[in-house]
Amino acid sequence: MSARRPTPLLALFLRDMQLAWAGGGGPLLAGAFYLGVAALVPLSAGASPERLAAVAPGLAWLVLALASLLSLERLFEPDWEDGALDLLAQGRAPLAAVAAVKAAAHWCATGAPLALLAPAAAVALGAPVRIAGPMLAAALLGGLAFAYLGAIGAALSLGARRGGLLIAVLVLPLLVPPVIFGAAAVEAAAHGGPWLPSLALLAAYALLAVAAAPFAAGAGLRNALG
Amino acid sequence: MLTGLANPARFMAVSRPLVPVLAAAAVLLLAVGTWLSFTAPPDYQQGNSVRMMFVHVPAAYMGLFAYACMGGASFAGLVWRHALADAAAKAAAPLGAGFTFLALVTGCLWGKPMWGAWWVWDARLTSVLVLFLLYLGYLALHAAVEDETRAARASAVLALAGLINLPVVKFSVDWWNTLHQPASLLRADGPSVAPQILTPLLVMSLAYTCLFGALWLLRTRAEVWRRRARSVRRAPAMRATLAPEAA
Repeated sequence: MSARRPTPLLALFLRDMQLAWAGGGGPLLAGAFYLGVAALVPLSAGASPERLAAVAPGLAWLVLALASLLSLERLFEPDWEDGALDLLAQGRAPLAAVAAVKAAAHWCATGAPLALLAPAAAVALGAPVRIAGPMLAAALLGGLAFAYLGAIGAALSLGARRGGLLIAVLVLPLLVPPVIFGAAAVEAAAHGGPWLPSLALLAAYALLAVAAAPFAAGAGLRNALG
Repeated sequence: MLTGLANPARFMAVSRPLVPVLAAAAVLLLAVGTWLSFTAPPDYQQGNSVRMMFVHVPAAYMGLFAYACMGGASFAGLVWRHALADAAAKAAAPLGAGFTFLALVTGCLWGKPMWGAWWVWDARLTSVLVLFLLYLGYLALHAAVEDETRAARASAVLALAGLINLPVVKFSVDWWNTLHQPASLLRADGPSVAPQILTPLLVMSLAYTCLFGALWLLRTRAEVWRRRARSVRRAPAMRATLAPEAA
């Protein structure tokens, strides 16, 4: 039985996963950043348990959005610098599909591990343990939206000066709805209220991002290649 | 008609007389609107603070309108590769950002006496702030990419992605339970504003529209002139590169 070669897009997905974890591991770095900022919260907002418990779910969620932003800069840039993106552009798969696959790999490699950290950080800051489930679901879905919307910013700012800061400025307005819906779901769970409606809205926004953002990111990649 | 105007020479010929006409109309309407704004009777609840509406509402409306213009021009620039559409989109962005900023500031000044707070995080205010941030992102991206054609196309994609925010701003007061009042002009059952207040509001809205039109055309024309000046400046160098033996 001959070994079957994976389809190009699957190969791209596997390659991106391997690259993400190889050599120091970007995901570990993002996770360390997450924990570092979470550790600053009690130091800056005051360590009294009741005050921390009030802001814990919201802050855990905010730090998640920031940590996902930070890792976006290297989403397309290495491939753009070393010419791999030119090769991908010559392949049969459209650049929108390339962008979709790379964003998916980014979510699996960086977004999902960060999502696992989110409930732990929220509980450590003093949120009730019953928010862990909703928080994990919201962080997974929110991370999906962050990865795909972030791909737009990462693609558009290729070749621009001050890339990293620019991505944040471009993407943050688009991240407002998932932050609102996710925080509402976690907040409702913390008070024992119904959290599914907000989570459903978050899922809807994430799915819209997955469906639409690759086309914008693909156009951005095409533009950067000239 | 629009395809005909995509020809820069024809656009320059048509827009040249339009700029002073629109500017004169804007000045006249602004004068009349200001006079009407101060002679309108004070509101039975808000007193004289209601006059803030004559600045605030048209500014907010122009913030949205300018973004729609920018989005339309970006779409034309992306699909038909009209250089003029790129210039128009670029010209609309700072104007829209300015109007949105005016709407935010006047909203704060109005919110303090009426709501007792400069700012509340309700859906309408947040979505208008997002609109302002989208303008800033557009301007930042346009400035950060060196090559002009690439900058125009990248920011056009961003402008189209941000279009999703426009219906959110418009319908935020209907979808969510907000402190900001619901729509009172563009309603299915007609405006719910008293005519003494409605007239100055409409005159001011028209004045702002003329002002935006005049400034937009002016800035687009300036952008066309700037590109022409640049190509004239580069022409000798281009000739030298293309035909070195003739130099």
